[in-house]
Amino acid sequence: MASVQISEAEKVYIMHGVRDDLRVDGRGCEDYRHMEIETDVVSNTDGSAKVRMGHTDVLVGIKAELRRPRPNVPDEGYLEFFVDCSANATPEFEGRGGEELGVELSNTLYKVFNSHRSLDLRSLCVCPGEHCWVLYVDVLLLQCDGNLFDAMSIAIKAALFNTRIPKVRVLEDEEGGKEIELSDDPYDCLRLRVDNIPCIVTLCKVGHRHVVDATLQEKACSAASLLVAVTPRGAVTCVRKLGAGSLDPDSIFEMTETGKRVGKALHAPLMELLQKDESLGKKRQKVGFLA
Amino acid sequence: MAVDMRLPTVRKQISLAGSNSNADGKHLVVPGDVITSDTGFMRGHGTYMDDEKLTASVAGEVERVNKLICVRPLKTRYNGEVGDVIVGRITEVQQKRWKVETNSRLDSVLLLSSVNLPGGELRRRSAEDELTMRDYLQEGDLISAEVQSVFSDGALSLHTRSLKYGKLGQGVLVQVSPSLVKRQKTHFHNLPCGASIILGNNGFLWLYPTPGQQDEEEGGYYTSLELVPLSDREVISRLRNCLLALAAHKVLLYDTSVLYCYESSLLYQIKDILKPETMDEIVMVTRQRLLDQEG
Repeated sequence: MASVQISEAEKVYIMHGVRDDLRVDGRGCEDYRHMEIETDVVSNTDGSAKVRMGHTDVLVGIKAELRRPRPNVPDEGYLEFFVDCSANATPEFEGRGGEELGVELSNTLYKVFNSHRSLDLRSLCVCPGEHCWVLYVDVLLLQCDGNLFDAMSIAIKAALFNTRIPKVRVLEDEEGGKEIELSDDPYDCLRLRVDNIPCIVTLCKVGHRHVVDATLQEKACSAASLLVAVTPRGAVTCVRKLGAGSLDPDSIFEMTETGKRVGKALHAPLMELLQKDESLGKKRQKVGFLA
Repeated sequence: MAVDMRLPTVRKQISLAGSNSNADGKHLVVPGDVITSDTGFMRGHGTYMDDEKLTASVAGEVERVNKLICVRPLKTRYNGEVGDVIVGRITEVQQKRWKVETNSRLDSVLLLSSVNLPGGELRRRSAEDELTMRDYLQEGDLISAEVQSVFSDGALSLHTRSLKYGKLGQGVLVQVSPSLVKRQKTHFHNLPCGASIILGNNGFLWLYPTPGQQDEEEGGYYTSLELVPLSDREVISRLRNCLLALAAHKVLLYDTSVLYCYESSLLYQIKDILKPETMDEIVMVTRQRLLDQEG
């Protein structure tokens, strides 16, 4: 992963700061940097969102395609994740450099999001056993400045909220053959329910305390971090430990509790913002990539 | 905990009453702009010939020396000059030299013979010194240094042969564009707000707690790992955010501008300084004060 090298003295400074609940940028241990979220930024997707948090910049596009459902769950659609690490983010990603990280990230996203508990996958089914919608979630990392997971999960939730899938009907003719008919009205579309989509909170263990939304410098001071996916109701859907270091059971418990509390609180302002964004509709001035 | 989510906004150009037009009569160009179609000029850095016309290849200010036309880019890597004060990070320890990252195109070099080792200036450098180089400076360490010479390929040779230079201890590094650092007599400042700053010409700014009486025997290679008091931390964090705010609005950085910005930021909490609207407000007040002071 993109990382920075810092000196021992800088590490000591950062760790003492975390102990005193005053981080280098003036935040407390449980504060996020301010986030800028914009939806509907890529016109040739069914839903898209861009999230900027400090210098971390993530773009998510969602495309829906009609495919055959998986044989073990014939009445459900599914999600496919792909994370592309742009060489713009860091020269390390050039060529195949970002591939390993991309695969790791997309596997984690798959674990967190692709379950019928977080998204009603049945609503994606068109004709059981034959056709279902597959959502291709493409994540593009434009800049890395720490806390990729949180930014990605927020962007994915925003993009899923923004996704509009055209409504289709299945027509059956006399011989029993089936035909799919697309609705004539372009505004007649299927929206996804995002009420139960989790947000990821990554907690970085720095010294004896843990911080949320760690910058790259803070991450360099920590040996291990814990990823917690939390739904708006406070249910934890996925917990993963990242990094080479170890965590003792007490601190895992503490970190999960903090993660739950922080994660739960993330959803309300996000939904409020997305509703506001939608109510503005076309009146909103598009900023896109030139902010 | 605090979460602040918002829609992005288009950044507005702040114009101040009393300031002359933003160009100030400077010839500013963007890539592709034709500088002149007169063929009597020589092509310098940042320009190319396009159909007999001299065209800019970078965004910046046109500079003319007799028949030579150059464009000095606004956003660039650091082009070192002899005597510049810089802050850099050690990336490699080699034979008799350290490689230093200084935001230039090539890594800079710090020779073992151009550092002051503990034990006085006239100490001879032995083979043991070569073996213990990593004890003085290791990968990741930050140093302040001066540019001693520039090699023919543009790489810099640094020296730390003065007690004011050497290894940096606890503090915060802020990286900005090198063109935002104003050239001044001194780049080391003890700010009256309770912290010190090194404004490296290469755009690396180092904020650190103002040191007390310094132990001169170590020759600048001793770092204290003692706890920095919370009050000093608050000042340093506030200054850090102020520097980033000024840099985001492309305000030239020097002791006065930093201090004014610090003072105007006192109305706000440290973590709020980087929010766009607060940033606009603070920087506008700072620029107005700088303007009043000039005129």
